[in-house]
Amino acid sequence: MGDKRKNKENTPKLTRRTFIKSIGISSVGVAAVKGEGMVGQLQNAGILQKDSIVGPGKIKVTFQVNGKNVSSQIEPRTTLTEALRDYLHLTGTKIGCNRGACGACTVILAGKAVLSCMTLALDAVGKPIETIEGLEKSKEKLHPLQEAFIEHDAMQCGFCTSGMIMSAKHLLDKKQIPTAEEIKEAVSGNLCRCGTYPHVFKAVETAAKNSK
Amino acid sequence: MPRKEKLFVGINKDLEEITVPIPDADPKPWDGKDELKYIGKKVPRIDGTYKTTGRAKYTFDIKVPGMIYGKIIRSPYPAAMVTKIDSSQAEKLPGVRSIIRVKDELPFPVRFAGQEVVALAADTEHLAQEAADLVKIEYDQKPFVVDLDEAMKENAPLVFDPKDEEKDKVKNVRDARIYPKDGKSEEIDAVLNSSDHKIEATYRTQVQTHCPMETHGVVAKWNDEKLTIWASTQGTFMVRNQVADHFNIPKSDIRVITKFMGGGFGSKLKADTYTMLAVKLAREAKKPVRLMLSRKEDHLSTGNRPNSLQTVTVGATKEGKITGIKLKSFGTAGIGRGAGTGGPARFIYDAEKIYTEESDVYTNAGPSAPFRAPGHPQGAFAFEQTIDDMAYKIGMDPLEFRIKNSESDKVRQAEYKIGAEKFGWLKRNPKPGAEKGVIKTGAGLANSLWYYIYSPGSHVSLRVNDDGSVQLRSGVQDIGGGIVTPMAMIIAEELCLKPTDIKITIGDTEFGLAPTSGGSQTTAGLTPAVRNAAYSAKQRLLKIAAGLMEVDMKEVKLSDGGTFSTIDSKKQMIWKEVTAEIPEGQFSVTGERMEDYYETKRWKISGVQFAEVKVDTETGSIKVKRMVAIHDCGRPMDRLTIESQINGGIIQGISFAFYENRILDRNTGVMVNPNLEQYKIAGARDVPPIESHIIDLNLGQSSTGAIGVGEPATIPTAAAIANAVYHAIGVRIREMPMTPSVVLKALNKV
Repeated sequence: MGDKRKNKENTPKLTRRTFIKSIGISSVGVAAVKGEGMVGQLQNAGILQKDSIVGPGKIKVTFQVNGKNVSSQIEPRTTLTEALRDYLHLTGTKIGCNRGACGACTVILAGKAVLSCMTLALDAVGKPIETIEGLEKSKEKLHPLQEAFIEHDAMQCGFCTSGMIMSAKHLLDKKQIPTAEEIKEAVSGNLCRCGTYPHVFKAVETAAKNSK
Repeated sequence: MPRKEKLFVGINKDLEEITVPIPDADPKPWDGKDELKYIGKKVPRIDGTYKTTGRAKYTFDIKVPGMIYGKIIRSPYPAAMVTKIDSSQAEKLPGVRSIIRVKDELPFPVRFAGQEVVALAADTEHLAQEAADLVKIEYDQKPFVVDLDEAMKENAPLVFDPKDEEKDKVKNVRDARIYPKDGKSEEIDAVLNSSDHKIEATYRTQVQTHCPMETHGVVAKWNDEKLTIWASTQGTFMVRNQVADHFNIPKSDIRVITKFMGGGFGSKLKADTYTMLAVKLAREAKKPVRLMLSRKEDHLSTGNRPNSLQTVTVGATKEGKITGIKLKSFGTAGIGRGAGTGGPARFIYDAEKIYTEESDVYTNAGPSAPFRAPGHPQGAFAFEQTIDDMAYKIGMDPLEFRIKNSESDKVRQAEYKIGAEKFGWLKRNPKPGAEKGVIKTGAGLANSLWYYIYSPGSHVSLRVNDDGSVQLRSGVQDIGGGIVTPMAMIIAEELCLKPTDIKITIGDTEFGLAPTSGGSQTTAGLTPAVRNAAYSAKQRLLKIAAGLMEVDMKEVKLSDGGTFSTIDSKKQMIWKEVTAEIPEGQFSVTGERMEDYYETKRWKISGVQFAEVKVDTETGSIKVKRMVAIHDCGRPMDRLTIESQINGGIIQGISFAFYENRILDRNTGVMVNPNLEQYKIAGARDVPPIESHIIDLNLGQSSTGAIGVGEPATIPTAAAIANAVYHAIGVRIREMPMTPSVVLKALNKV
């Protein structure tokens, strides 16, 4: 490696995510021409206008977030995390790795726990999205998971907490009283660098009992 | 004039009476006989709602009007001269607001892949990336070395050019830091060689990166000549001071805000290059700049735990007394320093002769940063295994050998006793590798060693309002330990209220000096200031109450529920009746962390952990079945958040022991796993049951007596596990991470 090589150019690299995003944009484009697929569905549902040209500029879309319809102008390449955080100002959903490895961005989309950093915002249109901000029953009444997380100190720095709670909520939505192993599995995609997992297990167990 | 107070100090209920001078303005320190309502109990975080609802605003979440987005362009090469930078294409892109170089003069050197070269700011994050792709940088590549052993060789490429650098950077291997206790290297060798038993072994540990869930970053905003920085930092004041120095502006013109931060573990102590670049971009662009690093940038440039190559030698008599300890270590902190591992070898045992020699070796890799007990987990891994080896060689129980050689540390002695009982140490088979079958279980222990650190001068202000509310302000940041909760508990304790009654606002340098959260010093450094402030406020309120009751102040007491009454209970007033009469509606007092009241001689923090493991001798996989941890942290404040700290320390220790490894490709010098799927950290399913016990250690050295625990909890974990693995299979694992292939290699199966 001792030779002196000159590098004339810094070629832009195609990363996995820019690749995914470019696929997203092109498929949207194609769909718009044919009037079918996702964009076609959006047009048929009246969410997108028939003659609209989709991307790369911003388009108007409506999301169903925490039981409310909210509209925003987004670029088609926007991920669901970006849409939630940057356009809808719901910053409870975090980004830890931005490539689907840490779970900090977990939200519930159409009843499934998904990594919102790996989901294109357009793919969430027309489906119910649940985020951490939607869990509180009222200003005074927290969700049993939120109460139990506080009671058991199931957080340290708190940056993974939103994703952790959303994964746990997805579990409790499916199963009223999960086993210890099921709890571990449910949050196994959520990394916590502070290492607060034992208290998370206790909190989910308590929340399950209190949710009955 | 200080008054004299009699205090009961000691371990748990084993107390002795001492007399300590206490300044008149300070309360009597809490001691071993004080039974308190909140302190020492399990109290949930008072700010838990913010973190569980998503309302907590981290630096990552900060948006200010007009904010634009910064991006750093980094060297793809591990060693090169930057010869040309052409940013003309990027400048033409609409929405690009500022492009700056790390150094104005070309050429300039870069010494690791990931080092900062150019920074720019643009209207959106996507645009900043597009602009970065248009900047053309020419590099003249140089020979490099990223491997510790290669860097130590005679003909290795030099990381720093002798022509350009100061004297201590002309070689890759820096001069060793030498610590001799009673004797030179040769004298220790003579003692070791003439001992009844001598053991020498070499160990290797890997580079670990911090991986806080919130990556490093800041939002910088200029307002004329004044600067506000929202920083994901462990030290609001350290950031303020370093930025002030760097830009030569008065400290008082800089405000640093950290309301919530997503972990740091030592890597977020300094302001670092990215902060300076963001501040500069914001000044040039005349707009606030948000600069958050990506996960990859975090791995490459924000610090790491250096690796190590350690040779440990221990001598002992046949009766089991350690005669001498020697450590020679090398490690690379990349282009930085701080790879020493000698703490455990120097300070755990009572050996008469100790000699450590630690050398940093430069490589073309990102500089290290302090990482949760710098040097100690890797030091303990090597040293505590050698101690274990010696015990087995003499034919002593490893616990008994440790007890015998650390008699001067009474706290540690108490911890051994509790640990052995809780763990069931005596139930284990004394013979290693004795279990039949493919899967073998084993039990081991290891000691922790850290230091009691605090800085005097921190102060807080406490305000009591005529509506009865109590507000405390402190510049301190909460790195996840949950410092606000003990602060609220202390005020509640002193003012006979509930912790949730206290409103605490932290994370702003405008609120007065606070400790940097490094070295496990936050609780020790801040809580006495809080108690002193609360005590002053109480005196003010007692005086007001006495005036209202028309009695002497000495005859008024404050009791549970915030009730003021005369000693004879004939007159009573509730909290709000008294606070309603605060003249002009409000008063404010400050509390300061002064020097300890006396020299305690307890300069260290001990701790011991026990591990039980299951080793599959066919696959080489190790599973930790359970951990038992005994720690001391002075007078414990909140046992719930302490338990969280210990869980976290142990889990990070497990992660270090088995999974984490920063891999630099020796052919290209780049990190091949700068992410969270190939750089593995422990997840939910890697966590064993953890049982922790906290010693009550009352010293009365400050008004709260608190000492930290964050770092001690991670120090002995990997060592205890390795000792348990030896007990299971009868073979030493002298290399981390202890992956299945390492285990199989040790077993001679591959």
